[in-house]
Amino acid sequence: MNPDFLPAAKPISRLIEEFNKLPGIGPKTAQRLTYHLLQAPAEKSRDLAEAIISIKQNLRLCSICLNITDTDPCNLCTDETRDSTKICIVEEPIDIMPLERTKKYRGVYHVLHGVISPSDGIKPEDLHIRELLDRLGGSNVTEVILATNPNAEGEATSLYIQRLIAPLGIRITRLARGLPFGGDLEYADDVTLSRALEGRQEL
Amino acid sequence: MSLSAVPSRAGKNYNNRIMSSRVYQTEAIIIKKIKFGEADRLLTLFTPGLGKMRAIAKGAMRPKSKLGGNVELLMHSLLMLARGRNLDIITQAQAINNFMPIRDNLELISCGFYISELIDTLTEENVEDHELFDLLLNALNDLAASMEGDRVLRYFELRLLDHLGYRPQVQKCANCGRDLLPEVNYFSPVQGGALCRECGYPDMSARMLSINALKVLRFWLQCDYATASRVKLNHELMKELKTLMRENVKFVLEKQLKSMDWLDELSAGDTK
Repeated sequence: MNPDFLPAAKPISRLIEEFNKLPGIGPKTAQRLTYHLLQAPAEKSRDLAEAIISIKQNLRLCSICLNITDTDPCNLCTDETRDSTKICIVEEPIDIMPLERTKKYRGVYHVLHGVISPSDGIKPEDLHIRELLDRLGGSNVTEVILATNPNAEGEATSLYIQRLIAPLGIRITRLARGLPFGGDLEYADDVTLSRALEGRQEL
Repeated sequence: MSLSAVPSRAGKNYNNRIMSSRVYQTEAIIIKKIKFGEADRLLTLFTPGLGKMRAIAKGAMRPKSKLGGNVELLMHSLLMLARGRNLDIITQAQAINNFMPIRDNLELISCGFYISELIDTLTEENVEDHELFDLLLNALNDLAASMEGDRVLRYFELRLLDHLGYRPQVQKCANCGRDLLPEVNYFSPVQGGALCRECGYPDMSARMLSINALKVLRFWLQCDYATASRVKLNHELMKELKTLMRENVKFVLEKQLKSMDWLDELSAGDTK
């Protein structure tokens, strides 16, 4: 979309353009957001602008778990109510959120920032695996929970990390793979179903 | 419309049947997937009737997606696709074989990554190729059944080159055409195969080829994997074949595959 051809003032079409670049936002949504901001009080726009700028200016990676944070170490690593003997390994910072929402996990995290994907040229040294090993060496960690995504690359990454950690004698677990709540057996794929059968539990 | 059993690939109207309707069914092996939009995936498929093609799997990243687990990398699935403006859209998917043993083993899944990258690099889109599909499918089946990554890869590389028209000459000297004597000969990807002693010795691109390696190459070019797997290969011979096929593949591709580096790293880690 060329802003010059939009039947709107330049600043408006510029903002529409920018919104349009965001994931999940099409031209219509971009227009709606823009006109919403136009009518809202000025401080609302300023808050939004400041929030956007500050995620780029004030954030960095936590030196312990490599999560994105504004304080180093991050809130999760410094929280003394959390159990630092359990480390949950996730692919991306965004994966921590759904795990936290469950309120079932009170350990700490380690973010890999990617998965092994040989055909894209992403190898273990491109991920934060070395930091994980440094962190585990000589620590009091008793359990490592592998929470990479249950797809081909995620599984390969898990297998690789498992191989590296095994000599340390730490308990290694993998998130169970099974049926989604509210789902339907009829639509379950074979891999999921067979894993669900393997991991069935006594009632 | 629901998915029926695997459609027969026999009959010359197979492609016409596919091309004429707005919705069509095909079996496919997923050789590549990339994120597309919020929860969609852009897949590269290898199919018998349409060769390599790309298609969208909408919402495949959501946990409750009915496509998700059926359109994962290295799955052999039966797909129903709807013709789209640019890319076709997968509407239904049913796994035929998920090659579970490959997924549970780091070496084998890495071999799988390599096989799919090879196919992706060496083929053009939309070229019907039933034989190549079978070659790929068999390689994955053999990988899952035999757990012998190296042997399956060597056999696959050789047959793939053969099928695509890069069959190495192993019957006669590729340079002078004389019969090869039962002695140590030479092999050069540049010359297109084995060389006799006179031609090979001065050739800088050639490396030595043992009698046993030559025998294996000759034999493998004319038998199926079940027979090929019965050939006894010691560590030395396996290493020689690996180097030979590697150089040959690299020469044809004119580059090194990324997943090849990874395989090397992995096997280097094992011997440490």
